[in-house]
Amino acid sequence: MFEFCADPSALGDVQWLACYLTTAKHANLYFAVGLVLVLLAITAPTALAFGFGAATAARSKFPPLAWLAHGYINLVRGVPDTAFFLFFIIALDQGVEWVRHKVKCPDWSEPIRQGNDFIVCQAAKMPLGEADQWVHEIYGFFLAVLTFALVFGAFAGNVIYGAMRTVPRGQIETAEAYGMTPRQSFWRILVPQMWVYALPGLSNVWMVLTKATPLLFLLGVEDIVYWARELAGTALPKFTDYPHGDWRMWYFLALLVFYLGLTRVSEIVLDRLMIKLSHGQATTGGEALRKAAA
Amino acid sequence: MSCWQTIQDYALRSIGLGERLLPREDFTLCQQVTLIGSGMIWNIYFGVLAIILGFGLATVVAVGKASPNRLLQKPSAWFIYIFRGSPLFIQFFFAYAAFLNLKSVYPVFDAFTAAWLGALIVLFLNTAAYSGEIFYGALRSIPKGEVEAADAYGFSGFTRFRRIIWPTMLRLAWPAYTNEAIFLFHATTLVFFSAFPAWQQRGDALYYANYFADKTFNPFVPYPILAGYFILLTLVVISIFGLANRRLNRHLPRERRARIRFRPNIIR
Repeated sequence: MFEFCADPSALGDVQWLACYLTTAKHANLYFAVGLVLVLLAITAPTALAFGFGAATAARSKFPPLAWLAHGYINLVRGVPDTAFFLFFIIALDQGVEWVRHKVKCPDWSEPIRQGNDFIVCQAAKMPLGEADQWVHEIYGFFLAVLTFALVFGAFAGNVIYGAMRTVPRGQIETAEAYGMTPRQSFWRILVPQMWVYALPGLSNVWMVLTKATPLLFLLGVEDIVYWARELAGTALPKFTDYPHGDWRMWYFLALLVFYLGLTRVSEIVLDRLMIKLSHGQATTGGEALRKAAA
Repeated sequence: MSCWQTIQDYALRSIGLGERLLPREDFTLCQQVTLIGSGMIWNIYFGVLAIILGFGLATVVAVGKASPNRLLQKPSAWFIYIFRGSPLFIQFFFAYAAFLNLKSVYPVFDAFTAAWLGALIVLFLNTAAYSGEIFYGALRSIPKGEVEAADAYGFSGFTRFRRIIWPTMLRLAWPAYTNEAIFLFHATTLVFFSAFPAWQQRGDALYYANYFADKTFNPFVPYPILAGYFILLTLVVISIFGLANRRLNRHLPRERRARIRFRPNIIR
């Protein structure tokens, strides 16, 4: 990267570190940091959508749908999330291949589960056997996003369900008195007002979500934990220009600091958002804003 | 091999008693249930000890954070922020690496690189920070009339804290603290998936569930078994904490007692 990096063994400490931290291998680590942020950016709205769907279904007048939604919300929250990550990543993978197998190879006669093997026809493999490495990685990442969204959708669903029930009953009654249909009062009255009640809980879910991102490592994605372990292990002079001892402690310290920073930034942004959402709401927060302005 | 035989062989496998080799083929349902149940010993060990030890530290940190003295307030607030603001997973990795480094200098730290002590310390500090924040919130919402009444009765200093403030703090914090305890048990599943090695394949419930899922390539049996065990454990935790809740609120009329509801929204 820098010109003076040509001969690392002759460098002073600061320059050595500058060169060391800009090697091509370290670029992978920085890329992985980006990957974590991308995962958060995709997962958060997806989980919110799952949660909204689950909460709406849980309020449904049609009992089986409501039971299904309640079952989803409570089951996911009652079991360790680590277990769900490990479960969903295989279950989703096998589910997709099973469906493709049924569609693409209808005349396949052998059973799919043979003892300890899961066998589908070649055309049903996902991604296809001859696909490039990057397709496999993208698919793995996609499965990870879906897994995160499924787990955190349940948490968000619980919060949104509670928030929908907290919206004062009088608001809905007024909407009914004005002749709104249930659909209209749901979309025009309930949903806009619900967010201010849901935000404290959703911020909590967001904090948990950011702190769950290192679990990507368990899902087989080459994330920051993977690269930190990879780079931090003892490097012998034989294999690298930058030999060093076991630096795992320092790499994980850096990750800790990264997550502490992420938490701090989230706190600041969420506080601002809360103030914005409280404008004109019939809550103590909204009232305080009104008085401050008057 | 009968199921009874399997139970004799594997029921205590996670602490190193019984059959040494894990089953390798022809996995039966009985084996999976027994071994995953055997792993629960570790989850319960970590959870129970971390909660008991963490409770004491949590009280100290909460009082520290609520104290007007900056020398007490700042360190407590930072302790809580650091452990609540970073992922438990990374804390495990960092602690393991740190203990390894210490071990290479001082051999005393040998035991700390094993899960039973090293991971326990991390879980203890982590739950102390989370419960400390819960207790701190409770301390700030103690009705001021109670404190004024205590002053009027001539309570002061430690007696006032022990007889008036502390019980009320626990009463207010108890429902949230119950959820924290449940999630601590869930968090114990991370131990053997972070850096800490499962020595001689003595792992926790998730370790064995993952073992079976890997070997059979069928996640639909071991993980539901694990889920069943954890739902059972959650129910036990709720009922034990419910008993404590009843004792804390025994002076209140029956309908005013706060019910503990399973409302988990704080996990790590």
